Amino acid sequence: MKLRTTLMGAAGVLAMATAAMAERGSDGNVNILYWQAVSIMNPYLSGGTKDIEAASLVIEPLARFDAGGVLVPFLAEDIPTVQNGGVSEDLTTITWKLKPGLVWSDGTAVTSADVVFTWQYCTAEGGGCAQGAKFTGVTNVEAVDELTVRVTFDGPTPYPYGPFVGGQSPVIQAAQFADCLGPRAPECTQANTYPIGTGPFTVTNFVPDDVVTLAANPNYRDPAKPAFATVTFKGGGDALAAGRAVLETGEFDYAWNLQLAPDVIEGMAAAGKGTVVAAFGTNVERIEMNLTNPSPDLPEGERATVKHPHPILTDARVREALSIAINRDIIDEVGYGPAGQPTCNLVPAPALYASDNTACLTQDLDRANALLDEAGWVRGADGIREKDGMRLSLLYQTSTNAVRQDVQALVKADWEAIGVETELRNVSAGVFFGGDPASPDTFQRFYADVQMYTNNFEGNDPQAYLAAYACDKIPSPESGWQGENINRICDPVYEAMIAELAAAREPEVRGEIAKRMNDWLTKDNNIIVPLIYRGRVSAHANTLGGVQLNSFDSELWNIADWYRID
Amino acid sequence: MTDATAPRAVAAAAPPATRARGPWRDVWDQFRTHKGALIAGLFLVAITLFAALGPWLWQIDPNALNVRNKDVRPIYTALWDAGAKVSWSHPLGTDQLGRDLLANLIQGGRISLAVGWAAMALSVVLGTLIGVLAGYFKRLDGPLMRFTDLMLALPLLPLLLVMMLLFRDSLRAAFGPETGIFILIVVVIAVTSWMHMARIVRGDVLALKEREFVLAARSIGTPPRRIITRHILPNVLSPIMVSATLGLASAIITESALSFLGLGFPSDFPTWGKLLFDAVDRMADFPERVIWPGLCISLTVLAVNYIGDGLRDALDPRIRGR
Repeated sequence: MKLRTTLMGAAGVLAMATAAMAERGSDGNVNILYWQAVSIMNPYLSGGTKDIEAASLVIEPLARFDAGGVLVPFLAEDIPTVQNGGVSEDLTTITWKLKPGLVWSDGTAVTSADVVFTWQYCTAEGGGCAQGAKFTGVTNVEAVDELTVRVTFDGPTPYPYGPFVGGQSPVIQAAQFADCLGPRAPECTQANTYPIGTGPFTVTNFVPDDVVTLAANPNYRDPAKPAFATVTFKGGGDALAAGRAVLETGEFDYAWNLQLAPDVIEGMAAAGKGTVVAAFGTNVERIEMNLTNPSPDLPEGERATVKHPHPILTDARVREALSIAINRDIIDEVGYGPAGQPTCNLVPAPALYASDNTACLTQDLDRANALLDEAGWVRGADGIREKDGMRLSLLYQTSTNAVRQDVQALVKADWEAIGVETELRNVSAGVFFGGDPASPDTFQRFYADVQMYTNNFEGNDPQAYLAAYACDKIPSPESGWQGENINRICDPVYEAMIAELAAAREPEVRGEIAKRMNDWLTKDNNIIVPLIYRGRVSAHANTLGGVQLNSFDSELWNIADWYRID
Repeated sequence: MTDATAPRAVAAAAPPATRARGPWRDVWDQFRTHKGALIAGLFLVAITLFAALGPWLWQIDPNALNVRNKDVRPIYTALWDAGAKVSWSHPLGTDQLGRDLLANLIQGGRISLAVGWAAMALSVVLGTLIGVLAGYFKRLDGPLMRFTDLMLALPLLPLLLVMMLLFRDSLRAAFGPETGIFILIVVVIAVTSWMHMARIVRGDVLALKEREFVLAARSIGTPPRRIITRHILPNVLSPIMVSATLGLASAIITESALSFLGLGFPSDFPTWGKLLFDAVDRMADFPERVIWPGLCISLTVLAVNYIGDGLRDALDPRIRGR
């Protein structure tokens, strides 16, 4: 009895101590579950959100967006603006100042040379950097002194917060990656999986496509953070299992991207172990049209490349018919509920850039039929349209997810109503978004006629996002199937608009150009067919505090501030 | 095993009046005494008819969507829950997109049973061929049996993934998406399940070929092809049939497992395993969507196993009549 009282007293003192002063590593372990497993800790070599977000625990950019989409300095001392002199009057340079005294997790100092190196790393010849769009228009990055770095653009850049901002372009250590430039980048396994960083955690064990174990970074700049000593970053399974593990069984503290039907997630949340959080950013679930021919009859290396235009989808009338035949309200009701709303826009937010394009929201089968008739596709004996002996038949692929398969079924029903034969295929999310250049089933390869997934842009400026649809960003065998121009768009009209947006200074003008680009991609050409403006939905245990779901940057952007609620 | 030929000799020697009583009649008589096998046989016939004739009796398109009519509960739910959303037009209810569960069960049964029968037939042919060749020809025995060991060591799922990757596009181009996948799955299941049968058949052939009647046939100059078809195959029929029934069961299970894992058929192509897979998300709220396809799979497999048991007894003349 006595011993017990003493122990309880000691525990009480301890509890008071933690309450009074947060201490690094005082809250033990936090279990994070991403149902797509992490395969690499280097965002420059992977377009996968899961890899970018896992890496955000270790390596950090100069500045991040907070949950409200506002820039906050991370490695930088402050945000450079024209007012404080950080951005030059002619808008061609931006000068960042690093926080003094920053050290990497191995104890060496962070200098401007590391920032310069990061730019060289991503733009090295033959590298196929996955975040190339972040560095569009950058002509030079130079170290002014130990802690100052200046980024020069090829023209006036009203939104200079692309390079080194947000989870997609963190600063990497020059010493560690020095031998990994260009084509050798993927070979540096040690550097790519155990990066030396400035973030709150460091990798202690990395099992590819399974689990990453991390420990608090002893050299983190805030001595009181992070509150957690270790992180177990588990990957794999599916959204349903992830939701259950947090909301129903409580095995995990945080689950990412719960793309589940509204009735399913409601049922889980009723168990009371965790909280579902949602935030609307710029995520849009869309159907993308392939402008190149993915036919398996073509030789490998020419299949789905610009050499062979798509036999059906290069006709804008067909694409428009496919878009307006879809009933987006039903898709929203069945698959998304409060976590989504029907949209026709690729850029759904912020308001300055969001177009008023709502034409696709009402399903119009008559007009869709008329368009297809006009394009010369006539109905055959079995109700499927034909032209010159070719059937109007499309292969429609997406990742394996119950909601996506339901949406596929709904879209298929709509398309068959206008005489379009639709073949469905679903690929495991790990493979689809895995980015493995050797796999034929990745979304970059796009060996299908249309495909559906969600994409978004970080921060509050869509310039890099819209600039992705340029000729030189088309994934091809030459680029190791890297590149963001998934649809293989190559049109001088659009290229001109990219240049125009990059040069525009006034926010209103930029908004107007961005809207035009959005409209060009969506309602004018229907190369991208937006379906649902999605919120990010994640769940955390009720015992996990400090979570601020961020839809503008990595969800784990503030993990240094997370703590355990007793 | 020589006894197996005895009924035939008796039948041949009997007067013409009882000629109708062939060896299969004895098998049937014995089979009938196994009550479990008899019920199982009736069930298998019933479920096969249900799948085969179902689409004519229940004319709802299994893929027809009707979102306004989604999440209908089975009609029997009304017995204990008067407020449940039920409808006689959907006696087993509908799923989250309003697809009729009964129509899907019928369509799923067609695919699952077709995959099961086709894979079983293919694996019987393969297993028997390799078993007989290995057992009868001494020179082939070593290589073929080592090959069998090699195949036994191959894991099914990774093999299927690789085969999907390699052959999916070419099969799809040649036969269309559904038939292409069907052929692929049937071949994969067959190619990975013939080994046990080959081993059993080889063992029996090894014993049989030293028997006097085979020696006699050989001594009068019968070629090996004739000996195999006339003397060996009829005598190994019993183990082949028994393991074929078990093969049918395991093929249905494998197909369900593949569909359950989301591999295999496209998502709009219902099979029993696929229905289970789709239903897992809402298992707690709509247990019927798991129970019905689950029951179909379990009962079919159980029935097939019982039939195998009954056949084994019926085909073994030493048990017969007891």
